[in-house]
Amino acid sequence: MTDTTLTLRVNGAERTVTCDPETALLYVLRNDLDLKGARYGCGQGQCGACTVLVDGKPVQSCNVPTSELAGRDIVTIEGLGTPEAPHPLQQAFIDEQAAQCGYCITGIVMSAKALLDANPRPTRAEIGAALRDHLCRCGTHARIVRAVERAAAALSAAR
Amino acid sequence: MSRTNESSPLPGSLSVNPRLDQWIRLIPATPGGRDTVGVSPGKVDIGQGISTALAQIAADELDVALERIAMRAPGTDASPNEEMTSSSLSIEHSGIAIRYACAEVRATLLQKAAERFGVSVERLTVEDGTVSVVGGGQSATYWELAEPGMFSRAATAQFPPKSPDEFRLIGTSVKRLDIPAKVTGRPSYVHDMMLPGMLHARVVRPPSYEARLASIDDEAAVRALPGLVELVRDGSFLAVVCETEAQALRAARALRNRAKWDDRTRLPAQAVVHEHLKTLPQSLHVVGEKTDAAAAATGARTLSAAFTKPYIAHASIGPSCAVAVWNEGRPEIWCHSQGIFPLRVDLAKALRMPEAEITVHHAEGAGCYGHNGADDVALDAALAARAVPGRPVRLQWMREDEFQWEPFGPAMSIELTASLDADGRIVDWTHELWSNTQSTRPGRQPEGTWLLAGWHLADPLPKPPPRMIPIAGGGGSDRNAIPLYDFPNQKVLHHFITEMPVRVSALRSLGAFANVYAIETFMDELAEAAGIDPVEFRLRHLKDARARAVIEAAADRAGWKGRAAGDGSTGMGIGFAQYKNKQSYCAVVAEVSLEEDLRVTRCVAAVESGLAINPDGIINQTEGGVIQAVSWTLKEAVPFDERGIRCMTWDDYPILRFDEVPEVDVVLIDRPDQKSMGAGEAAQGPTGAAIGNALARAIGVRVRDLPLTKDRIAKALV
Ligand code: FES
Ligand code: FES
Repeated sequence: MTDTTLTLRVNGAERTVTCDPETALLYVLRNDLDLKGARYGCGQGQCGACTVLVDGKPVQSCNVPTSELAGRDIVTIEGLGTPEAPHPLQQAFIDEQAAQCGYCITGIVMSAKALLDANPRPTRAEIGAALRDHLCRCGTHARIVRAVERAAAALSAAR
Repeated sequence: MSRTNESSPLPGSLSVNPRLDQWIRLIPATPGGRDTVGVSPGKVDIGQGISTALAQIAADELDVALERIAMRAPGTDASPNEEMTSSSLSIEHSGIAIRYACAEVRATLLQKAAERFGVSVERLTVEDGTVSVVGGGQSATYWELAEPGMFSRAATAQFPPKSPDEFRLIGTSVKRLDIPAKVTGRPSYVHDMMLPGMLHARVVRPPSYEARLASIDDEAAVRALPGLVELVRDGSFLAVVCETEAQALRAARALRNRAKWDDRTRLPAQAVVHEHLKTLPQSLHVVGEKTDAAAAATGARTLSAAFTKPYIAHASIGPSCAVAVWNEGRPEIWCHSQGIFPLRVDLAKALRMPEAEITVHHAEGAGCYGHNGADDVALDAALAARAVPGRPVRLQWMREDEFQWEPFGPAMSIELTASLDADGRIVDWTHELWSNTQSTRPGRQPEGTWLLAGWHLADPLPKPPPRMIPIAGGGGSDRNAIPLYDFPNQKVLHHFITEMPVRVSALRSLGAFANVYAIETFMDELAEAAGIDPVEFRLRHLKDARARAVIEAAADRAGWKGRAAGDGSTGMGIGFAQYKNKQSYCAVVAEVSLEEDLRVTRCVAAVESGLAINPDGIINQTEGGVIQAVSWTLKEAVPFDERGIRCMTWDDYPILRFDEVPEVDVVLIDRPDQKSMGAGEAAQGPTGAAIGNALARAIGVRVRDLPLTKDRIAKALV
């Protein structure tokens, strides 16, 4: 494959990259756009560490060719908030101390974002189902679920 | 906290790294900044939050705000050598060293202030690093009082650290310093490092343990791939180094397709591996023995049971990764090893150069839970970078590299026999276990290496003879094999199997998981035979008040149902242990429900770790330990056959998912009067045992081979 120049819309900004169009979005985000929040865990769509939102839906960025994403709206964890001004979901993860190593967390926050956008007050079972494709080896699950519940309450109260 | 007298060794890791300025440095503010204190532990953060706990200790002992503490990542060029971050010893080794070092730094600065102000030390007070005379008058900051070289000397430990009533931060659930960056996706791991001019590399490993490279079909075609900077070939070690990561992935795929291997791998079949291991060369060790012939003679009934635990993977979510660069013939490496100094010993052997010429820095990785590929990848990156001097190389293992090559937690077999007297007391107990070593970490052996690539080089290094971890140091396969209960007769036998068909090393809690599973489920069988409630039965055999307290707390919180029989599908069970027989106490009550598969619906854990430095940190580690152990117990076994490891993807190695996770409730018992102990590995054994006991309570039969899959349960039921 020869390299092509693609225009992507990432976190609200137009970004131009030159790459083999078959390259998985994950590598373009991490290496070309210096967005390190999506992480490589398996490269096979099995762990969720690389999850970003495309047109509001969670997508495993390790598993999607960059060429398919031209013209679509990509949001990464960096598009939510910063350590100084975290998004309410991120704040809820901080408040619940919902991380051990944290490697899985950014992908989980993105799926949680998509969940809460579609379903502002999910039940525990709905949260579990929405995060089913995410693996966490540290066993942080219980806290993560509590953090999503806390965020749901905070976001609803703010509405 | 008592004063250490002059003749006794310095506390914690100060004993081997006494220089104060190795631990603590006063760093004056740069323009626009604030004065800070650099704290350099030799222990590494592996996602357990140790940096925050150590920062709390330093801030309290020095009387400065937590925000002034700058924790530094360990490096072989600038940190105290604390060997390995393992066995839940960081608080005991590093924490105690930092407490004494900070107490001494503070006292030295107060002395200086007293001289300068012409008052006695007793008249001074410290507020966020500013020393002032009580009742007003003169004041000066630590940074103003410090003099060059003031702490370039050995600690004396003559200055007592604070007592619990003086703590401000120790004992409180300070929020972890690293979490805001992690939940907002800032670069946090070695995986995220980017250095100017950095190249990307991948390894191409042999297809199985004993395969060796025969040839590469048209190597030139791989070399001609776009972006390929170097193809590294040294014996059977293969790596590609490319301009971009995507190119490295493609080049590695191409090279894999063209590599031909001679494969002599022969593994035992998975179904018979435990019996096979028992036939291999081994030595027998008596690790504990107690005899009282009169008591033994009162035995009225004898029970026996045999248990197995499979190979279990660390299965980190982030495959191992390292960055290396060679400048003027000297390598500098960033990696997530748990022991950068011991790693450097083996790197020196494999790279055939003096240790002093190698610099290794710790950078965080994904959680490792013991010895995974973190050390191996450091050597891989160094070998790849050696081929492109001056250019940094980032080498990331693929998921399949990690699953195929990480050293797994070893398979174990355990046989228990016990006798009850007429009153239902255990009067005789035998525990016999078979296992490979529980640690093949680098650094400790005089010859050879445990680093993977070292075996594959054209001039290979041998594998060293495996080593037993002495029981005095917490034990390896025999960790927690000596019962904590008061039995008049007991014998613990350890068959140390020296031949290792499957690559193995340390997995969180080592032998404790299997030993506690066996001991604690067998205790339930004995309680059943004696007709006594399992909680009551344990307490009758246990004098240690701290042990009794966690059992009672867990049973209480869980609403212990006593001997209420299961209804064929649900049940409640308990498990208990004191980790390594000398660290944290933990009891877990589990509730299960047998649906299509066995599900754990709720776990209540009670944990006691002495003085809790950061209570929420202990609770977080305990919750994680419980959930990980639920996964081990219900699901996990590394698949392999005669030709090799058959584990490539998460499909081959399922772990617990969000919709399968139990409710977890942790009761923390704080004992500020007792020394702080690590808590990261206390819950595994008790959790497994609690599940095994809950299952037996539910269905009325015992499953003694792990994991507790539906096939095993179905077989037990017929
Ligand atoms: S890295 Fe994309 S799903 Fe695992
Ligand atoms: S927090 Fe470590 S994998 Fe989830």
